Amino acid sequence: MTIWGYRLPGMSSLLIWALLWEIVGRSGYSFFVPPLSDVVSTLIQVLPSPAFQKALYETGYAFLAGVFFAVVIGIPTGIFMGKNRLIDELLLPWVNIFLSAPLTALVPVLMVLFGFGMKSIIITTTLFAIWIIILNARAGVMQINRSLIDMANSFGASPWESFTKIYFWAALPEILGGVRIGIIRAVKGVIIGQLLISIVGFGALFELYSANFLMSHFWAVLIVLFAMAFTISEFLAYLERRVSYYAAKR
Amino acid sequence: MAMPQIKEAVAPAEPDIAVSTRNISKNYGDVEALKDLSLEFPRGQLTSLLGPSGCGKTTLLKIIAGLLEPTSGEVEVDGKAVTGPGEDRAFVFQDFALLPWASVLRNVAFGLELRGVAKSEREARAAKYINDVGLGGFENAFPHELSGGMRQRVGLARALSVDSQVLLMDEPFSAVDEQTRRKFQEDLLELVAVENKTFIFVTHSIEEAVYVSDQIAILLPRPSRVSEIIRPAGLRDKDVDNIRRDSEYLDIVDRIWASLRNYVE
Repeated sequence: MTIWGYRLPGMSSLLIWALLWEIVGRSGYSFFVPPLSDVVSTLIQVLPSPAFQKALYETGYAFLAGVFFAVVIGIPTGIFMGKNRLIDELLLPWVNIFLSAPLTALVPVLMVLFGFGMKSIIITTTLFAIWIIILNARAGVMQINRSLIDMANSFGASPWESFTKIYFWAALPEILGGVRIGIIRAVKGVIIGQLLISIVGFGALFELYSANFLMSHFWAVLIVLFAMAFTISEFLAYLERRVSYYAAKR
Repeated sequence: MAMPQIKEAVAPAEPDIAVSTRNISKNYGDVEALKDLSLEFPRGQLTSLLGPSGCGKTTLLKIIAGLLEPTSGEVEVDGKAVTGPGEDRAFVFQDFALLPWASVLRNVAFGLELRGVAKSEREARAAKYINDVGLGGFENAFPHELSGGMRQRVGLARALSVDSQVLLMDEPFSAVDEQTRRKFQEDLLELVAVENKTFIFVTHSIEEAVYVSDQIAILLPRPSRVSEIIRPAGLRDKDVDNIRRDSEYLDIVDRIWASLRNYVE
C-alpha cells in the first residue's frame, strides 16, 4: 500500500494497532488491558524463566505430536478417499460431521477414554487438525487429470508408485493448503486440551496468570503463541507459493 | 529416355501382423461402445483409426494399451494375449499427460523410471531422445514453460525412450496449432520410415489420416465397427511436399468424406 507516495512496508497496520493498544492501556481504561510496553517488558522477563521454558516444551511437544499424527494419517486417508469411491462413501459423512462438530464438547469423552495425560491432549490436537487435512487431500486428488493416471498405468506403475509419484504430487497444492489450515486449528486444539484435560503447558500459564490477574503476563504468553502460529502458517503459505506454478496447470 | 521400371506385381502374401484385435466388444452398462470389432495392424506400418466423434476409437486404443478391459474379445501383441499394460506398447496422450512438477528430462525419463531403469542410464537415454525430437537445451525446463507443440514433443520422446515395439497415439496432434501439426505430421512420416515400430494412430482428421497412414481403418459409431479399410498404395514414396496435391490423396480424402458424411450430426 502507498500513502502520499510513500510505500508502506508489509504489516504496517500492526503499528497502528500497537499504538492504539498502548494508548488504551495508558489511559487506565481497563485493568485487563495493560499498556503494550508493559506486556513487552514482561514478555522479555518471562521468556527465559524455567516455568515458561517448561510450558513451551510441553505445549510444543503436544502440538508437534498432534500435528504429526494429523498429517501422516490425514493425507493418506484423504488421498484414498479421493481415489476410491467406496472408501469415500464410507468416510465422507464422518469427516464432514467432525469438521463442523464442536470438538471441545468431545474432550470430556476423550478424557474418559484416554485418561488425563499427554495422550488425550495429543489426540485432541489431532482431532482439531485432521479433518480439514483429509478434505483438502481428497479435493486435490479428485481434480487430478485422468490421463496422468493412465500414463502411469501405461508404463506399468505399481499402486505404490502411482501413490508416491502421481497422486501425492498432483494433490500437493491442496494438501499444503489443508495442512496450513489444520495447523492453525491444532493451535486451538492444543490450548483447549491443556485447559480442559490437564493443566499443563501454555494452558497452565493462561490459567495461572488469569487467576492471579497477571494481565501483562497473560498477554505476553498470548503474543508468543500468536507469533508461533503465525510463523508456521506463513512458512506453509511460502511452500504453497512454491508449488503454485503448477497448481493452475494440472 | 530411361526404361520404364517394371512394377513389381507383388502384394506381399502374408503381411507380418504385430497387433491384432479379435471380436472386441465393450459395453458401458447398456451402451455398446464397441461391437465385435476385429482388426489387424501390420508390423512397421502406421494404421489410423478414423471416425466421427463417439465412434469408440479412443476406447479401442485404450483396450489395446491394456488401460481398459474389453467386455469380450481379445487383443494380441506379437501373438501374446494382452492382459494389461506391457513393455511392448507405449502411449502418446492427446493432452500430453506430462508431470507439471517435473523437468523435461524427468518427464521423458519417467517411463523408464517406472520400468525400473537406473537413474544415470535413463537420463542418458532420455537426453538422447530429447535431442532427437528437437528439444535439446530444454532438459531443465518445466512443462508450463513450453508451447503446446513442444510439450507433445516431450510426450513423444517419453514414449520413444522406452523403445516399445508398438506406439499408440491418441489424437496426439489435435491440441496443437495448425502449423505445428503439419510439421508433426511430416516428422511422423520420417519416424515411421526410420523406426521399425508399429504405429496405431487415432485421429478425427481425414486429411491427417490419409497423409500419415499406411492403412486407414474407418470406424462407424453406435455400436462401433470397422466399416472399411483403405490402404493408400502410392503415397509412401512421394515427397512429403507433394502428397497433398497427389490425385490418389485427394481421391481417398473425398471417398472417406463421402462415407462419413452421413454420420456427422
